[in-house]
Amino acid sequence: MTDVSLIARNLFRKKLRAALMIVSIMTAFLIFGVLVAFEHAFNAGEDLAAADRLMVVNKINFTQPLPYAYYERVKAVEGVRQVSHANWFGGYYQEPKNFLIVLAVEPESYLKIYDRELDVPDDARRAFLSERTGALVGEALAQDKGWKVGDRLPVSSTIYSQKNGGHVWEMTVVGIAKPAKPHIDSNFIVFHYDYFNETRSFGKDMIGWLVLTTTSPAVNDKVAKTVDAMFANSTAETATDTEKAFNKAFAAQFGNIALIVKLVVGAAFVTILMIVGNTMAMAVRERVREIAVLKTLGFPPARILRLILGESLLLALLGGLPGIGLAALAVAALREKLLNFIPGMVMTPDIAVLAVVLMLGLGLVTGIIPAFSAMRLNIASALGRS
Amino acid sequence: MTSDDVLVRLTAVDKRFTKSKETITIFEKLDLAIASGDFIAVMGPSGSGKTTLLNLLGGIDRPSAGEIRFAGERIDGLPESRLAHWRAGHIGFIFQFYNLMPMLTAAQNVELPLLLTSLGGKDRRRRVEAALAVVNLADRARHYPREMSGGQQQRVAIARAVVADPGLLLCDEPTGDLDRSNADEILEVLRLLNREMGKTIVMVTHDPAAAKYAKRTLHLDKGRFSERDLAA
Repeated sequence: MTDVSLIARNLFRKKLRAALMIVSIMTAFLIFGVLVAFEHAFNAGEDLAAADRLMVVNKINFTQPLPYAYYERVKAVEGVRQVSHANWFGGYYQEPKNFLIVLAVEPESYLKIYDRELDVPDDARRAFLSERTGALVGEALAQDKGWKVGDRLPVSSTIYSQKNGGHVWEMTVVGIAKPAKPHIDSNFIVFHYDYFNETRSFGKDMIGWLVLTTTSPAVNDKVAKTVDAMFANSTAETATDTEKAFNKAFAAQFGNIALIVKLVVGAAFVTILMIVGNTMAMAVRERVREIAVLKTLGFPPARILRLILGESLLLALLGGLPGIGLAALAVAALREKLLNFIPGMVMTPDIAVLAVVLMLGLGLVTGIIPAFSAMRLNIASALGRS
Repeated sequence: MTSDDVLVRLTAVDKRFTKSKETITIFEKLDLAIASGDFIAVMGPSGSGKTTLLNLLGGIDRPSAGEIRFAGERIDGLPESRLAHWRAGHIGFIFQFYNLMPMLTAAQNVELPLLLTSLGGKDRRRRVEAALAVVNLADRARHYPREMSGGQQQRVAIARAVVADPGLLLCDEPTGDLDRSNADEILEVLRLLNREMGKTIVMVTHDPAAAKYAKRTLHLDKGRFSERDLAA
């Protein structure tokens, strides 16, 4: 027998009670894991935004277009390293319910700007640049739809129509773009702006937004002010901000997800804390006589403290580890279903580490008071002998 | 009794409790010497201080004044952690209601004091088997307390008390919860431990038949030993 087996024996002396507490903790960590993964994915754009990347959108609203001419003018601004542009296509596959994230972009500059985020093989890159109807498909989307290089895709738009009256743009998959990090969204299609611009029935020579990189994050403010000043009092004034601020503002449209997650997880944890803390205190009260016997046998106060704290820590880990494991499974299952809405939802190691830290915290907080009272227990009083 | 023979000596021990502003004196200037290898029965009416005496001897309570020495070492002033270490090495407790851990088998209960030693698993198992053999319960090693009679549980408690080979056994009404037959079995084991293994035993009891197993009997009343005890 060891201290650990003694702790385990004590914990499971009332099996139903132990099982119920484990299930409660497991549920709390399941909720924690799923919600935090959701929140991370939701705010991934903000976290992954490059410090030297700026977004230039229409000052009225980012859904309003900008003239293509801005692209050339912004290139010439001092401090700008690279510029690209993109249009929201409003794409779908076969039926409108099969929503797709499709962007019409300037291929060469776009790939350069997102070089750190997207891993595009050289042959795919060359094919994309050279084929006018070529489309680069993100890995997640390609896997979801079963698309591969060479496939012909009829992609429709809910916004645009073609000059010939059609709504379908024929594209060829020329490459699969892999995300460089787990949170990076690879649920997209990018295709040539030129192809899009020449065939669409309206909005010719208008772009959705500009994305640019600066020579250094230190010049971001200066570049933003210069760009906005350049187009001040025009028909399409601009608002230039860092990619991080842009993504944050975009995410904020859906509400303060981080706060909602914190409140839900906090409520779950406070409830569990009270249940487990109360149960641990009750369990120690029930065993006052046995603890007194252990002290009589010569178990020193510090060892009594360790035994009780060990029990609450073991309980937290027995509930928490399966809970976070289930959360990982749930996240993996939800990842497919939420691909179009919350791409990049994964259980990252940092979430798992945070969960383990919380488990240890939960174990310590719920066990510390009973452990101290057990440690300070007066043997004679507890044995009812005086 | 020479000073070399004395295992435990209480000198001018006072013990007072304060209960809602009222101070209750249990002992005042109590002196007692217990020789190594002695078997003492302590008798007396309820409230006479028998259990308090055991608590003081076992280092689970401290005197209000005076000193307690065990094998010449003063123990009444030791800090709690050192006192716990001292208890583990020198004292074996046997309680009226056995006080076994219900979730542990007989062998695991007996093994508990050995968790405080540096013995390895194999040595611990050997010591546990030997202790259970002394109390004739080798065949019950894997049984839980709920699967044993009161007498068997008390024998497990005795095995737990002796497994770490302490010099002094303190027994608080060890037969108080048992019928005559079981009580006699327990008392025979205690006598065996005293005679064959040289354990010094102090046993609190209300039962005159139990006291007959001891080498001498101390009568405690209102915190004082009777004159004939002191003479003895």
